[in-house]
Amino acid sequence: MRFRDQDEAMAELDRVLDKGLPVGMLTSVFYLPYLPQAFRFHFNAHNIVVFGRKGDEYLVSDPVMDGTTTIHRRALVRARFAKGTPDTNGRMYYPTAVLTKADLKAAAIKGLKRTARDMSNVPLPMFGVKGMPYLAKKLRQYETKLGERRAKLYLGNIIRMQEEIGTGGAGFRFMFAAFLQEAAGLLNKPELNEHAKEMTRIGDQWREFAFEAGRMCKGRPEPGSTYGTLADKLEAIGRAEKVLFKQLAKLPL
Amino acid sequence: MKKEEVPQDDANMLEGKFKVVKYALNENGEYVKVPSVGWEPENVALGQAWDVINERVEDARQQVLSGKLSPLAFHMEKNMMDEALLAKHMGLPARKVKRHLDPKEFEALDEATLLHYADALLTTVEELKRVPDAPSRAISSDQA
Repeated sequence: MRFRDQDEAMAELDRVLDKGLPVGMLTSVFYLPYLPQAFRFHFNAHNIVVFGRKGDEYLVSDPVMDGTTTIHRRALVRARFAKGTPDTNGRMYYPTAVLTKADLKAAAIKGLKRTARDMSNVPLPMFGVKGMPYLAKKLRQYETKLGERRAKLYLGNIIRMQEEIGTGGAGFRFMFAAFLQEAAGLLNKPELNEHAKEMTRIGDQWREFAFEAGRMCKGRPEPGSTYGTLADKLEAIGRAEKVLFKQLAKLPL
Repeated sequence: MKKEEVPQDDANMLEGKFKVVKYALNENGEYVKVPSVGWEPENVALGQAWDVINERVEDARQQVLSGKLSPLAFHMEKNMMDEALLAKHMGLPARKVKRHLDPKEFEALDEATLLHYADALLTTVEELKRVPDAPSRAISSDQA
């Protein structure tokens, strides 16, 4: 649900919390004082869970943090009603029923199939495995099109999108490999362990890409490293992922 | 990536507030979660992004000092906003906010509008009317 009125949004939050239910909500990281300064951009698609309240201090579980924290009511109102892309509009959601027994096997299969399909088949050039050659092509032109300074900034942005908090490293690749490994045991499909290994190798290549890119941004490139060789790396990663996600999409599960 | 290869390059980006989780392999080849304080390429990329923002803040401060822009321009940059975003917070058309960046137009603003701007930019009316003497950095809200 979303709200036009701030007081109404907070009253509804308090009402649900009083019932003992945790509440998920959309916030802007810019207005979350408990986060380190360096991460506080106007990013309005950050979801947190508020799970209790002591007076005006709300108890928060934020997915980027390894522990819980608190936020004052005033700050929370700002974060819930930030303007931008999108306006957060006090959007919140909470569980009305909790399954006592979840079917993890079915969920794992569904998640795996869905990911493999989305990575392989979205018919747009910048999505899924097609995104890597698309980006590589742009990357090759960074220096000539943007000049050295802006080229470095753009490259730095790629590193950030790939590695910043929440991705688990290598742009979610290691997290996905961990998922494949867990699914192998859960579904009793040992071949998924091999796919996990391949995903890990690809993740390692993403890390090498970011390392080389970081040196470039710093103005101390590795010997022989250019925007061209970085683009080559990205293309190689794209080819490897194309093969892997095709295999996963075809798995009989 | 193996567990012991998870980088621990601390550039105080996290201010010691928490550690980030990286997924890495243990000695048996199983994935485990490993806390990390940072990685050099990330630190470099984040650092250069902030350098650009802070340059904009300082540039705005200089333009205010030389009388080209109103102090509103500085506080807007400090909050990492442009006219469009600030206008949304104010419930005003962007062209009005743009006009208020003119020192003369800003001078003529009434107290209620100034208060509204101060609230949107996480500052006080008094602060809103001036810029600091020394270079300043972009900040996020510290107001609780």
